[in-house]
Amino acid sequence: MEQPNLSYINQLSGGDKAFEEKLITIIKDEFPKEKDIYFKNIENDNFKEAAENVHKLKHKISILGLEKSYEVAVNFENSLLDQSKTGKDDFDAIMQNITDFLATL
Amino acid sequence: MNCIIIDDETTARAIIGQLCSNIPKLNLIDDFPNAMQAIKYLNQNEVDLIFLDIHMPDFTGFDFIETLKNPPKIILTTSDPNFAIQAFEYDCIVDYLVKPITQERFEKAIKKAEDKVSKPVVSASSSTEKVETSSGNDLYVNIDRRLIKIDIPSIYLIEAKGDYIQVKTEDKNYTVHSTLKKIEEKLPNDLFLKVHRSYVINIKKIIDIEDNSVLIKKDVIPVSRSNRPELMKRLNLL
Repeated sequence: MEQPNLSYINQLSGGDKAFEEKLITIIKDEFPKEKDIYFKNIENDNFKEAAENVHKLKHKISILGLEKSYEVAVNFENSLLDQSKTGKDDFDAIMQNITDFLATL
Repeated sequence: MNCIIIDDETTARAIIGQLCSNIPKLNLIDDFPNAMQAIKYLNQNEVDLIFLDIHMPDFTGFDFIETLKNPPKIILTTSDPNFAIQAFEYDCIVDYLVKPITQERFEKAIKKAEDKVSKPVVSASSSTEKVETSSGNDLYVNIDRRLIKIDIPSIYLIEAKGDYIQVKTEDKNYTVHSTLKKIEEKLPNDLFLKVHRSYVINIKKIIDIEDNSVLIKKDVIPVSRSNRPELMKRLNLL
């Protein structure tokens, strides 16, 4: 599986370390909350709400440079909008991948 | 340019704020996690530019725009490129940024906003919109830097396709960088009618109408529920 990276954040900061730290702190705070809401909605078969959660999580996925995972998330969001959970396992693996990465920062 | 950010995602607000900070001419006044807070702010304050997320709970970016009487310039920020067609139906929207936003793409959007802020009176015939009119039955469209004349009555269908419109005539089809709204303003009202958010038709060219669609030449065009009464009113019904 592809690994998250900080290329986009570094590019965006232009070397501004304070901004990099601030943004990483925000992501570390916001990502687990968004992920928890997603898991609650998917467990309760709230497809529309889960699709909205995946939509929001896509931004974090792209910020962390996960291009292939982003495509997986796009497909999963569409599945959810069709009331299907196809792609859930792959998406959940992405969530775990990001969780593990953020724990190292 | 005084600007604000509306986005329910803290990360997105931080990123757009950083992108703004790299452009001295932008004065970021505030950011808001939802549209309601922004509406309250805008009731008492004016801004030149809004960075607006489309996907927000309860109140979408498009809902927000509909509440504004005189909207300032708006740059949409979204993770979903599928709203581009809808976005270009609003004159106030100057650009559409798909997240994650790069500095280079951001600066391009600011340039567009700047051009529009400094030239607030933008008519459909402005050079940036690349649709020019002349008198009578002719419509000039800019395609690959050439102004090409189209005989208006020969147009039977215009379809919105992202940043472009496809103008279909008896002889030929033309793809033009413009919006349905702008070309609609240049066409005679008695001949043309918007039947769907993506389609304007020449009502003289209709072959038949069935339920929620019209047949024009070989094209079956959907008619939205809200536009159907106007279409029926225009027909010479027996």
